[in-house]
Amino acid sequence: MKRLLHGLALICLTVSIPVWAQDVKIDIKEFMFGPKDLTVALGTKVTWVNDDQIPHTVAETHKLFRSGALDTNDSFSYEFTTAGTYEYFCALHPQMIGKIIVTP
Amino acid sequence: MDLHPTPHDKRTDGPLDPDRRTLLKCSAWAGAGVLWALSGGIPRAFALDQNGQTSDPAALAANFHFVQISDSHIGFNKEANPEPVKTLQVAIDKVIALPKRPALILHTGDITHLSKAEEFDTAAQLLKALPATVHYVPGEHDTLDEGGGQLYLQRYGKGTKGNGWYSFDDHGVHFIALVNVFNFQAGHEANLGAEQIAWLADDLRAVTTSTPIVVFTHIPLWTIYQPWGWGTEDGDQAIALLRKYGSVTVLNGHIHQVIQKVEGNITFHTARGTAYPQPAPGAAPSPGPMTVAADQLRNYLGITDVRATQGDHPLALIDSTLI
Repeated sequence: MKRLLHGLALICLTVSIPVWAQDVKIDIKEFMFGPKDLTVALGTKVTWVNDDQIPHTVAETHKLFRSGALDTNDSFSYEFTTAGTYEYFCALHPQMIGKIIVTP
Repeated sequence: MDLHPTPHDKRTDGPLDPDRRTLLKCSAWAGAGVLWALSGGIPRAFALDQNGQTSDPAALAANFHFVQISDSHIGFNKEANPEPVKTLQVAIDKVIALPKRPALILHTGDITHLSKAEEFDTAAQLLKALPATVHYVPGEHDTLDEGGGQLYLQRYGKGTKGNGWYSFDDHGVHFIALVNVFNFQAGHEANLGAEQIAWLADDLRAVTTSTPIVVFTHIPLWTIYQPWGWGTEDGDQAIALLRKYGSVTVLNGHIHQVIQKVEGNITFHTARGTAYPQPAPGAAPSPGPMTVAADQLRNYLGITDVRATQGDHPLALIDSTLI
C-alpha cells in the first residue's frame, strides 16, 4: 500500500509538471482579446483564435512576435520561454491591446 | 448649443457628446455610389437611386462630377454579405447608368478583404468596367499580404510617394490621396506620419487658396469614434494645412456608413461601402459587420436619409432613398 501511494504521488508529480506550463487560449472576439491580461507560467504556449468575421493580427509591441492576418477561426501560437511582461495589439485595429505576464 | 467648437473640442465627436452630435445627421447605407458634383467650386454630394439616377436638378446641371466608391471587401464571405462581388457589380452598374459620365472615380480603400492576389484580380476585373479612370487609396484590408501592402503598391502604387500617396489636378480641382493604413501603433488611432505631412505641405505650396481641394483617404481624417479607432491621430496636422483654402472636401471610407460634418470651409464626408454595413459609432459592442436578414440586405442598405445642414452654408447636401 505504501509503495502504491508512493507510486501515485510520483505520477501526480509527473502529471503536474505540464499543468504548470499548459497551453492556454485567448479568444479574439468583438474586437477584444479575451482575456485581455493573462498571467502564465514560463514555457506556456499561448494560442490566439480569431472568432470575429473581420481579420485581426497579434503583434507584440516590440516586434518579438507578429502574426499574419488571422481570418475567422485562424489561430496563432507563441511559446513564452522568458519571464517578463509582453504587451501586444492588433496591427489592424490598434485600439485592441492585450498583455501576457510570464512568471518564472 | 456650441456651434463653434474650439480645436480642443474637435476630437470629441461621439455619442456621449450630444451637442456635437446634433451637428451630424447621419445614417447607414450602402449599395451604390455617391455622385459628387461641383457647383460654383463647392463639391456637393448627391446620392444615387436604385437606377443610378439622381433626382436633384442641381446635380444634373453641374458641368463636372465624379464618383466615390469604397470598401468593396472582395473576398469577404460571411453572413453580413456572402457575395460582395455582386454588390460591387450593382454599384458599378449604377455608375455606368449615370446620365452624365463622371470625369473620374475615387476608390477609398478596402478593395479586398484579405489582400490576396486573387481578390485584387477579381476586383480589378470588375472595376475595369467603370466608365472613367479610377484613383485608389489603400485600406488596411489591402495591406494584409506578407509584404505588408506590397501587392497593393505593385498594382496601384506606380508614380506615388511613400506608401502610395499622391496628388493630381482635374477640372481645376486639386485632388490629394492620403494614406493612413500603415504603421499602426498600439493604443493609437491611425496615422499619416511626418513624412507624408511634410509632403502634403510641400504639395500645397503650388496650390492657390481659391483652388477647390478634394482630399481622399481610407480612415476618417477626423476622429469620429476613438474607442473603435475611427480617426487619424495626426489628421489635425493635415487639416491645419488645408484651413486657408476656400473649398476643401475630405472623403473617406472605412466605416461603411455616411457621416458628415462641416468645419469652416472644410466638409468631411465618409462614404458607405459596397460590401456590408457597420453599426453607428458606439451602437454595438464592436464595429464588426452588421448582419441583417439576407433578403433585406439591399432594402436595408437602400434606406437612406442623410443630410447635413450647418448654418447657412450651401454645403454638401445628400438626400436620398435608394429603394
